[in-house]
Amino acid sequence: MSGLWHGLEHVFVEQSLVAAFAVVGALILVSNVAARRLTNGRVHGSAIAIVLGLVLAYFGGVLTGGKKGLADIPALAGIGLMGGAMLRDFAIVATAFEVDVIEARRAGLVGVLALALGTLLPFLVGTLTAVAFGYHDAVSITTIGAGAITYIVGPVTGAALGADSTVMALSIATGVTKAVGVMVGTPLVAKLIGLDNPRSAMAYGGLMGTVSGVAGGLAATDPKLVPYGALTATFHTGIGCLVGPSVLFLTVRAIVG
Amino acid sequence: MIIAGVALLAACTLIGVYLGDLLGIALGVKANVGGVGIAMILLIAARVWLMRHGRLSKNVKFGVEFWGGMYIPIVVAMAAQQNVVAAVSGGPIVIIAAFGSLAICFAAVALLSRIGGRDPGGPEVEHGGALIGGEPEAARADAAAIPAGRTR
Repeated sequence: MSGLWHGLEHVFVEQSLVAAFAVVGALILVSNVAARRLTNGRVHGSAIAIVLGLVLAYFGGVLTGGKKGLADIPALAGIGLMGGAMLRDFAIVATAFEVDVIEARRAGLVGVLALALGTLLPFLVGTLTAVAFGYHDAVSITTIGAGAITYIVGPVTGAALGADSTVMALSIATGVTKAVGVMVGTPLVAKLIGLDNPRSAMAYGGLMGTVSGVAGGLAATDPKLVPYGALTATFHTGIGCLVGPSVLFLTVRAIVG
Repeated sequence: MIIAGVALLAACTLIGVYLGDLLGIALGVKANVGGVGIAMILLIAARVWLMRHGRLSKNVKFGVEFWGGMYIPIVVAMAAQQNVVAAVSGGPIVIIAAFGSLAICFAAVALLSRIGGRDPGGPEVEHGGALIGGEPEAARADAAAIPAGRTR
């Protein structure tokens, strides 16, 4: 019996990406059936699949003590390749093929405004939280504030400013929590915030920023909105990395001294 | 040729990411600035060009649209490899900073989406949604409803 099991594991390790296709396909199939049978189609199958993925990532992390969820289990390492930045970006670019150019252009200005707000608002919340919890130095405050922008802006800013490693960890954890919150929260609040058309999707992408959060949140809400949200969201991290260690840090330093 | 579509997508992605890297260097940032966004714009431009010149064959389209249809499975795989343990065990400062900014940004989306009219998007948008949702059959039905003379 253990020989059979071992052989199966060997196949999964050797065919990692193919195994990931099969596992993710099965996960989505189960989620679609659950969406239809248990929620009568009220909840998107992909929303259930994404939440299920996050739950599995939690157990993967607990089981292995690693940072990459299910992908840290050797037999499921292909999930890491399939859901990694390379294929994620490739698929995001592919969705642009379905963009209605007229719609996208009409919402261009809203997108730019959203990008500015999407950088400033979370930074403000992050810095105020840091101050409330007793951080007084400009470097730590800026690093935690930057983490609230995205989990990439946080460590990039922290590294540029020479932040303490515990502050860096806090900053990254804030960004990751935000990304997970965006994935799970978006389908829940979509109706409330008017997220049902290309225009609001572009505003949403710029405001939420975090590419993984936006990618997951829109997939769980309505696939037709994906390219519009992604179009603005992909500029968000770059802008955050640009202003975090420069303008934002200088502003914080001028205030706290 | 299906591979022509896949290669077009790959070329747009590579050029976009490269330009994003260059933009990052030019701005003195240790990150890629909008590489994927630039790639998306390149792909949109390529589609418009191919259509105007009558070279957007079914197979080229299929090569790109297949990867658009793989979007949701890839995102599910992405969710399955997040560091959820770190997110759950973050402590109060992480929770407050993350969910505080989440709430305020959702509110801002509500505000921004009220500016201007609420346009649900035409059949083209629905068509794209069906393709990205991995339902090409439904997409075909939507495509039939797109008026002639639009960009598609």
